[in-house]
Amino acid sequence: MAMEITQILLAAQSADGQIRTVAEENLKQFQQQNLPLFIHSLSTELSSEHKPPESRRLAGLILKNSLDAKDAARREELTQSWVSMDPSIKSQVKESLLLTLASLVSEARHTSCQVIAKVASIEIPRREWQELIVKLLNNMTQPDSPAPLKQATLEALGYVCEEISPQDLEQEQVNAVLTAVVQGMNQMEHSSEVRLAAVKALYNALDFAQANFENETERNFIMKVVCETAMAKEPEIRQASLECLVSIASTYYGYLEPYMQTLFNLTSNAVRGDQEPIALQAIEFWSSICDEEIQIQEESEEEDTGSSPHSNFINQALPVLVPLMLETLLKQEEDQDQEDGVWNLSMAGGTCLGLIARTVGDTIVPLVMPFVESNITKGDWRCREAATFAFGSILEGPSVKKLAPLVHSGLEFLLNAMKDHSSHVKDTTAWTLGRIFEFLHSASSEYSVLTAANLPRIIAVLLESIRDAPNVAEKVCGAIYFLAQGYEGGDSSSSLLTPYLGDIVTALLSTADRADTSNPRLRSSAYETLNELVRCSNLRETSSMVAQLLLEIMNRLSKTLELQIVSSDDREKQSDLQALLCGVLQVIIQKLSNSDETSSIINQYADQMMILFLQVFACRSSTVHEEAMLALGALAYATGPQFAKYMQEFYKYLEMGLQNFEEYQVCSISVGVVGDICRALDDKILPYCDGIVSQLLKNLSDPVLHRSVKPPIFSCFGDIALAIGEHFEKYIPYVIPMLQGAADHCSELSPDDDDMQEYGNQLRRGIFEAYSGILQGFKSSKAALMVPHANRLLKFIEAVVSDKFRDEEVTKAAVAVLGDLADALGPNTKVLLKDHTFHVELLGECIQSDNDQLKETAVWTQGMIQRVLVS
Amino acid sequence: MPPPEVRRSIKRSAVSDQQRRRELALLRQTQQRSDSQNRARRLASSVFTLSSSSSSDLILPDKDILTRAADSEEHEAHLDESVAPARELNVVQASKLKGREARQWFARQLMLPEWMIDIPPKLDRDWYVFARPAGNRCFVVSSNGTTISRLRNGSVLHHFPSSLPNGSRTRDSSGPASSYCVLDCIFHEPDQTYYVIDMVCWRDYSLYDCTAEFRFFWLNSKLAESGACNSPSTYHRYRFSVVPIYDCNQAGLHAAYSTSMPYTKDGVLFFNKHAHYQTGNTPLALVWKDNYCSQYFLDTDSQGLVPTQQQVVLEMQEDGKLTTSDDPPVVFGSLEVDFIQKSEFRAGNLLRFAIKDESVRVVDGKLELGDLQFISKSNRARAFADSYSKVFFQYAARHSPLKIEDIAASILPNLPDDSPIVDVEMGS
Repeated sequence: MAMEITQILLAAQSADGQIRTVAEENLKQFQQQNLPLFIHSLSTELSSEHKPPESRRLAGLILKNSLDAKDAARREELTQSWVSMDPSIKSQVKESLLLTLASLVSEARHTSCQVIAKVASIEIPRREWQELIVKLLNNMTQPDSPAPLKQATLEALGYVCEEISPQDLEQEQVNAVLTAVVQGMNQMEHSSEVRLAAVKALYNALDFAQANFENETERNFIMKVVCETAMAKEPEIRQASLECLVSIASTYYGYLEPYMQTLFNLTSNAVRGDQEPIALQAIEFWSSICDEEIQIQEESEEEDTGSSPHSNFINQALPVLVPLMLETLLKQEEDQDQEDGVWNLSMAGGTCLGLIARTVGDTIVPLVMPFVESNITKGDWRCREAATFAFGSILEGPSVKKLAPLVHSGLEFLLNAMKDHSSHVKDTTAWTLGRIFEFLHSASSEYSVLTAANLPRIIAVLLESIRDAPNVAEKVCGAIYFLAQGYEGGDSSSSLLTPYLGDIVTALLSTADRADTSNPRLRSSAYETLNELVRCSNLRETSSMVAQLLLEIMNRLSKTLELQIVSSDDREKQSDLQALLCGVLQVIIQKLSNSDETSSIINQYADQMMILFLQVFACRSSTVHEEAMLALGALAYATGPQFAKYMQEFYKYLEMGLQNFEEYQVCSISVGVVGDICRALDDKILPYCDGIVSQLLKNLSDPVLHRSVKPPIFSCFGDIALAIGEHFEKYIPYVIPMLQGAADHCSELSPDDDDMQEYGNQLRRGIFEAYSGILQGFKSSKAALMVPHANRLLKFIEAVVSDKFRDEEVTKAAVAVLGDLADALGPNTKVLLKDHTFHVELLGECIQSDNDQLKETAVWTQGMIQRVLVS
Repeated sequence: MPPPEVRRSIKRSAVSDQQRRRELALLRQTQQRSDSQNRARRLASSVFTLSSSSSSDLILPDKDILTRAADSEEHEAHLDESVAPARELNVVQASKLKGREARQWFARQLMLPEWMIDIPPKLDRDWYVFARPAGNRCFVVSSNGTTISRLRNGSVLHHFPSSLPNGSRTRDSSGPASSYCVLDCIFHEPDQTYYVIDMVCWRDYSLYDCTAEFRFFWLNSKLAESGACNSPSTYHRYRFSVVPIYDCNQAGLHAAYSTSMPYTKDGVLFFNKHAHYQTGNTPLALVWKDNYCSQYFLDTDSQGLVPTQQQVVLEMQEDGKLTTSDDPPVVFGSLEVDFIQKSEFRAGNLLRFAIKDESVRVVDGKLELGDLQFISKSNRARAFADSYSKVFFQYAARHSPLKIEDIAASILPNLPDDSPIVDVEMGS
C-alpha cells in the first residue's frame, strides 16, 4: 500500500526555506529506508487525478531521478536497485504510469512520458516490459481514445525511442511504432497537438527505420507524410518536420534521389519566406547534404575503403542553390558582431555556402563572383558585408590555382576595406583576410598569395586595424595567426616574416592589455596568436626575441600574483590570465628546447620559472593548475636531470593533480607530466615512486575517474619502469594484476560503439606500453621476473591482433611489445613463440606496411624473434 | 539563437589554442616515450653479438680480451687454419687490437659474395640487385671519436673523423659516448666517397642477425640522419653515400645494369633478401659482371693486362694440396713434396698458377682444373686464395659467359601494373 506523501511533496516546493529543507530531508530518509515503497508511493501520487498538479509533477520528477542520473556509476546503481525490486511493485508502478497518460492534467501526462522512457531504457534492452509497445499502440488504435491520450502516447513513444537503441526492438515492433507515428501525423484525422507530438516522435524513431527506408513503398509513404507536414499551417509542426528532414538527410542520404526536387522546392520556400527558426532548419538540410557528400568524397580518396554511392545532389542543385544562399547573406542582424557564435540567416547561409564550396570545389567560383563584384562597392553596408562574406566563405574547397588570381587582384581592395566606415564590413574583411592566409598562403606553395612585395603593406594594415574596435581586433588576431602559420616549416634558412615579428609581438602584447572591452575573448586571441607566432618562427633568427618575450611573459605572470583578490570573480579573472600566460610559457619552453643552442636559455631561467609556477599552483585554481602543469611538463623535459632539485617542492602539487578526479583533464595532464619527469630524471625519480605508483593504482581502481585517464596511466607505468629499471620489481605484484584485468576488460568492450572502440584502442596501447617499459627496464637484471607473465601477455597480444578494429598505433605497440618480450626474456620465450605462430603473419603484414615506423619496429621484432628461435 | 549542436559557424573566432596546446603536449610526450623505449631497445646488452647466427662463435666477456690477444700471438702460425681467437671479440674490443691481430680479425669480418655461376631460382622475388661501385671493399668502424676503414685484407685504408656515430671528437648529442657503428663499404676513388653497401652495426645495434631487407631499410633510414651523407668538412673528411637498391625484377635489373650511376660501376651485386650478414663466402650474395658494366670483367695481372691464360691463386695446405678459400675448401691440385721443399713454401702460403684451358673439365657441373702451372708466390697484401666460384666465373667468362640476357630471361615479365617496383630504394 502506497504512503500518502502529498503534503511532503508540496512542502518541498514551499517558499519557506526551512519547511523546504525539512521536507527534502523527509523524502531522502523515506527513499533510503524503503525504496520500493517510496517509488510505489511516488507513482501513485503521479497517477492520482485528484491530487494537486504540483505534487504530481514533483512526484514524477523524483521518480525519474530515482531511475536515472548523469553520473554513470550512480546510474548503474539506480538501475540495479530497480532491476532487483519486487516484480509486483514494478508492475504496479508501470501500470500507474501508463494510466497517467490519459490524465487531464498535461503536466502529469508529460512527466509520466519521461518516466516511462526511463523504465523502458532499463527494461527493454533486458527484453522485459515487452507489452509496453503493444499497450501504447492500443492507445492509438482505440477509436474512442481522446486526443490528449494520443498526444501523450506519441510523446512517450518518442522518448522511448530516444532512450533505447534500434537493436532493442524487433522489426515488427518497429513497424507498428512507425505506423502509429506516421498515422498520427495525418492532418485529416488529428489535432495539431497530436500531429506535433507525432512529428517529434518520428524524429526519435528515424534511427529505427532502416528496414522501412529500404522498402520503396514504405519509404515513399514516410517521405510523403513528412513533406506534407513540413508545409503544415502550424509553424511548430513545420519546424519539427524540417528537423526530421535534416536527420533523414544524414541518415538516409542514399535514398533521397526521387524526392530531391520536392525537397528543394520545400526548403527554398522556407529559406525565402518562412520564419527564421524554420528557414534555419531548411538551410541546415543543405548543410547536412554537404556533410554527407564531403564525407563520401573523403572516404573515396582513402584507398581500399568501399565508399557509399555519391548522388551529387549539391552539384545538380548548384545553379539554384548558390543564389538561394547568397540571398540569405543580405539578411544580417544589426548587432551580430557583438556576440560570438551568433546564429542567424546570414551566418547559416554563409556556413552552408562554405560547405558547398568544399563539396564542389572550383565550379562554385563563377557562381559567386558576380554577386561579390556587384555588391562589394554598393553604398549599403549590408551589400558590402555580404559580398565580402560570400568571398571569404568559398576560400576553402576550390583549388589554389583557381582562387589565387582572384585573391591577387582583390587583395588591395580588401586591405582598403579595413578602413570602411562600417564595423561589420571591417569585421568580415579581417575574417576574410584570415581565411586567405589560412588557405592560400604557404611558404612552400607556388601559388602563395603572399610575396615579399605585398607583405609590408599587409603587415601595416593589420597592425593598424588591430587597434580598431574589439571585434575587429579579434578577427585581426585570427588573421595574424594564419599569416604566421603559413610561414612555418619553410625550407629556407630565413622567414620573410622575421623582420616584422618585433612589431607584431609588441602589437599583440598591447592588444592583450586593452582596457576598452570587458569581453575576455580579445585577450585570449592576442595571447594565443602570440603562441602561434612563437611556434612558427624561425628559431635561428628569432631566438633572442623569443628569449626577450620569455622575460616579458614571466614578468606579466609575476604581476598576476600581486592582483587584489576580493571576490570569486577576481579569483577567476586572475586564474584565466595565469592560464593564458602559462600557455605562452609552455609554447616558448617547447620551442626553445627544440635546439641545443637555445635550450640553454631555458636553463638560465628555469629557477625563476619554477618559482613562478609554484606560486601559481599556490593560487589553487584548476584552470591554472592545468596550464601550469602543461608548462611544467615542458620545463621538466627541457631541463633534464637538473629538474631533480625542484621535485621536493613540486611533488605535493603533482600529487594534487593526480588526485583531481573531478577535473579529469588536470588529472590526465598530471599523469603525462609524471612521464616527462621520468624521462628527465631517470632513476632520480625513485624517492617519489612509492607515492606516485600508489596514487596511480588508486586512480585505476576508482570507478568515478573519467575513463580517458586510464590508458595514459598504464603508459605511465611503462615510463616509470623504464626510468627506474630493476627498482620497479616491488610494484610488480600490484601492477601486473591491473594490466591483466585491463586486458580482460578490453575484450568486453562493445565493438559497435565508435567511442568504445577508440577507448579500447587507447587502453590496449597503454597496456602494451606498460609491458614494454617493464620488459626493457628489467632486461639487464630482472627479466626472469616477467617469465611467469609471458604466456598471458602473448595471448593478449594474439587477441588484440585478431581484432579487426585495432588501429595502426595499437598494432605498432603490439609488435613492439612482442619484440620486447623476445628481447628481454630471450630463450625463455622460444617454446611460447613456437606455440603462438600468429607473429609470423602479423610481422609479414607489418613489414609490407607503408608506415615506416611500423615497418621498422616489425623488422626489429622479427630480428628479436629469429634470434630466440635459432638459440 | 545558438547554432545547432553539430554546426559550427564558419565565422567563429578563428583561434582556439588550449586544446591545441594539450594535443601538442601529448604528441611531444608520445614521441619522447617512443624515443626512450626505442633507445632502450637498441642498447647493446647481452643480446647483441657480433658473430652471425650460423657461426658457433660467441661473444666473450671483456676480461678475456687481453689473454685472448696474448693467445693469438702464441698461436700466430696457426691463425690461418684454426678459427682465430681474436675473431671472437666484438668490434669495440677488436678496435683495441693493433697491427697483425687487428688485420687478421678484420680480414674475416666481411661478407664475401660468391660469383654468379648459375642463376638462383626466384631471383625476382627473393633478391635485390644493385650496381657495385668500382673500388676497394672495406669495413668501416666508427668508435671512440674516430673512424677507421680497413681493406679486405684487414689493413687500414683511412683513419679519419666522420659524422658517423661517435666517428669524430665532436659532441654527439644523439647517442652515448661509447656508441659505435660498423659499415660495409666500397671506397670509390674518383669522388673520394664511401659507398655503403651494407650496414653491420648501427649505434651499438647489431644487424648481423637481421635480414638484408631490414639491413637495407635500416641503412636507408639511419645513414642520412647521422649527417654522414653530407659533404666533407673538418669533422667529416669523406662523404658517405648509399647506392640505389632495386628489387630484382626486369625493371630493377635493367636499372642496376644500364642506368648511369653517380659512380663508376664494377659489376652487379645480388643480395638475397632473407639472408643474414654472414662473414666469409656466402652464396646468398652474388657478384656478376660483363664487359659493359665493368672494366674488370677478366682478371688482370699486376700490369693491368689480361693474361693469355687464366690465373688462379690457391692456398697450399700442410699436405701440399692446393685449395680455394671456400669453407670447406675445394682442392684443385697438389704440389710435389720436393717442389715444396725446394721453394720453401709453408702451409698457408698463397700461390699463383696459370691454367691450361685444354686441361680444364666440367664434370657433373663441377670444375676440375687439371694442369696447374706455378707462376709465383702471391702478393703479400692478399689475405685469401680465390674462391671456387671466382675461378669458375673467370673460366666461364673466357669461354661461355653468363650474359645479362640469360639473367633477364630467368626473371618473369613484370607484374601487371608494370611499375618499376622498388621496394627499398636507397638514396634519391
